[in-house]
Amino acid sequence: MSTANSYRVAPAILPAAGGIRGVLSDAFWRKPKLLLILMLLPPVLWLGVVYIGSLFALLLQSFFSIDEFSGLINREFTLKTYGDLLQAANLDIILRTVTMAAAVTLASIAVAFPIAYYAARYARGRWKALFYLAVMLPLWSSYLVKVYAWKLILAKEGILTWVLAKLNLLWLLDAWLSLPIVGGNSLSVSFTGTFIVFVYVWLPFMILPMQAALERVPGNLVEASSDLGASPRQTFWNVLLPLALPGIVAGSIFTFSLTLGDYIIPQIIGTSRLFIGQAVYSQQGTAGNIPLAAAFAVVPIVIMGLYLWMAKRMGAFDAI
Amino acid sequence: MTSAVSFQKVSRHFGKVKAVDAVDLDVAPGEFFAMLGPSGSGKTTCLRLIAGFEQPTAGSISIFGERAEGVPPYRRNVNTVFQDYALFPHLNILDNVAYGLMVKGIGKAERHKAAEEALALVRLPGFGGRRPSQLSGGQRQRVALARALVNQPKVLLLDEPLGALDLKLRENMQEELKALQKALGITFIFVTHDQGEALSMADRVAVFNDGKIMQVGTPQDIYERPSTRFVADFVGSSNVLPPDFVQRYSGQHRWGSLRPEAIRVGKATRGDGVSARLVSANYLGATTRLALDADGLRLHAVVPAGTKLPEEGEALVLTFNRDQLHLMDEAG
Repeated sequence: MSTANSYRVAPAILPAAGGIRGVLSDAFWRKPKLLLILMLLPPVLWLGVVYIGSLFALLLQSFFSIDEFSGLINREFTLKTYGDLLQAANLDIILRTVTMAAAVTLASIAVAFPIAYYAARYARGRWKALFYLAVMLPLWSSYLVKVYAWKLILAKEGILTWVLAKLNLLWLLDAWLSLPIVGGNSLSVSFTGTFIVFVYVWLPFMILPMQAALERVPGNLVEASSDLGASPRQTFWNVLLPLALPGIVAGSIFTFSLTLGDYIIPQIIGTSRLFIGQAVYSQQGTAGNIPLAAAFAVVPIVIMGLYLWMAKRMGAFDAI
Repeated sequence: MTSAVSFQKVSRHFGKVKAVDAVDLDVAPGEFFAMLGPSGSGKTTCLRLIAGFEQPTAGSISIFGERAEGVPPYRRNVNTVFQDYALFPHLNILDNVAYGLMVKGIGKAERHKAAEEALALVRLPGFGGRRPSQLSGGQRQRVALARALVNQPKVLLLDEPLGALDLKLRENMQEELKALQKALGITFIFVTHDQGEALSMADRVAVFNDGKIMQVGTPQDIYERPSTRFVADFVGSSNVLPPDFVQRYSGQHRWGSLRPEAIRVGKATRGDGVSARLVSANYLGATTRLALDADGLRLHAVVPAGTKLPEEGEALVLTFNRDQLHLMDEAG
């Protein structure tokens, strides 16, 4: 009976909470857009002014040119710098970098898929925690430490050579190193070494989006495909891969663009031939050719734009 | 004649849980067969055993006389309509329906023609260009049906096919499914927890509980002559009567059941019958369902609409014909 009474006593509309907080909550509730604008303002300022602004400045620099005698920058609009980019030596750098980025991306997809698939489909509870730990753990240590560690692993006196020698498989390594382009004196001074380290360092950036995409594929779609007569291989190509594609594209944006821009790994591990990142570094540093450095830096942006456009045309984002 | 689907002592255990426990089952070709039971009773696991998504822990399964243990789903000429339809979101409706033919290597023109025909069969002609996300629940259900039927399966499995639809749509689909099954002559096996659905659609019903089949029979058998208390309780709204009560009317000390419409409710002026009090009355449209308390025993009776209802708490006398009292297998 007392409960019924207390229902009767309670007012239908509660009084406003006092103070500035009460007024603000009511105001934000009535005008939700106001809150949204307030929340978005700082990141929009940061992205819009600091990030897009510097990007625009970069773009602008690439349309200037350098005076070859005085070394001074001529601030007049010209396409001369982009013309320089097409010189054989510079084109080589671009081609080398894009090829490496593509190879690293494809290898990352191949290595990441089984791991991501296992994590999305089978790992539960503590195994899932272990998966995240294993994937993220390398990201906790310094990138430089990892790269130097790999230099030791891949060096001629390194552990990999030692293990292969113990297994009597040194001939395999020697055969690989005697190949043109990918070979070299040892793995640590070959493109193969650069490739291995790139794949290792960027792998988490492929696994995580791929795992997120695969996790969103309902298990019964795989069953439905099998039910309708598709072998596991057909299910992979017709159901899993298309549905994981947004994740694969997201991951490949990371691996591709990170490889395109990196200048430390190829400097520590690999040949003396330059990648785009190293070219940018040397042009804006020792050479003092800011316009050419800027033009080099525009290349990855254009390539990524083309890549995303192609991915969209292929329907990679249709299932989102 | 060989059975469409035959289970011999089939068990499926998950660790200690006996999801399906030594089940024997025979489904005749061309039959519309229902597996009815509460959730966790093993009916869906049975369906998955037929489809090949699960393998039996023990026992043997035959589909049209051929042993099916160890045969993967993609080699079984059996198709499933999934509970949430499982349409491929990245394909349009036509390619969804044509999927089974596509993986069999049938050419584009031919499989699209067959898919169009299947869509017409489920009354969705011209929907081929749409995406699954653009369709309503009822339409998706029909697409899932077309996608299964286009493969001309020997057995069609339906997992709670109407569970996600609203009442009106569900009633329409019940009629349509039954008509479709008659016209095609394919064996349909469907799983449901809705006794009304099972009774109205199926030729025969298997009632599941705790991984076992309690009773198999025609809807009339199941409804009028339940073999156990569980069946009487789960299928329909029969009154389950304890052995002591039954003994007074039948002379046998066994559990019994009595359908609510068999009970006549009268004023307490004539003493011959079961005396009871009215607890509550639920208006159901065509009928009114009365909850009665007969000396601690809760009984339900159904009276036609328009009957003058007694007051709550009013003393009443209940009568019924003794031959309406059904004796169950379980002794007291």
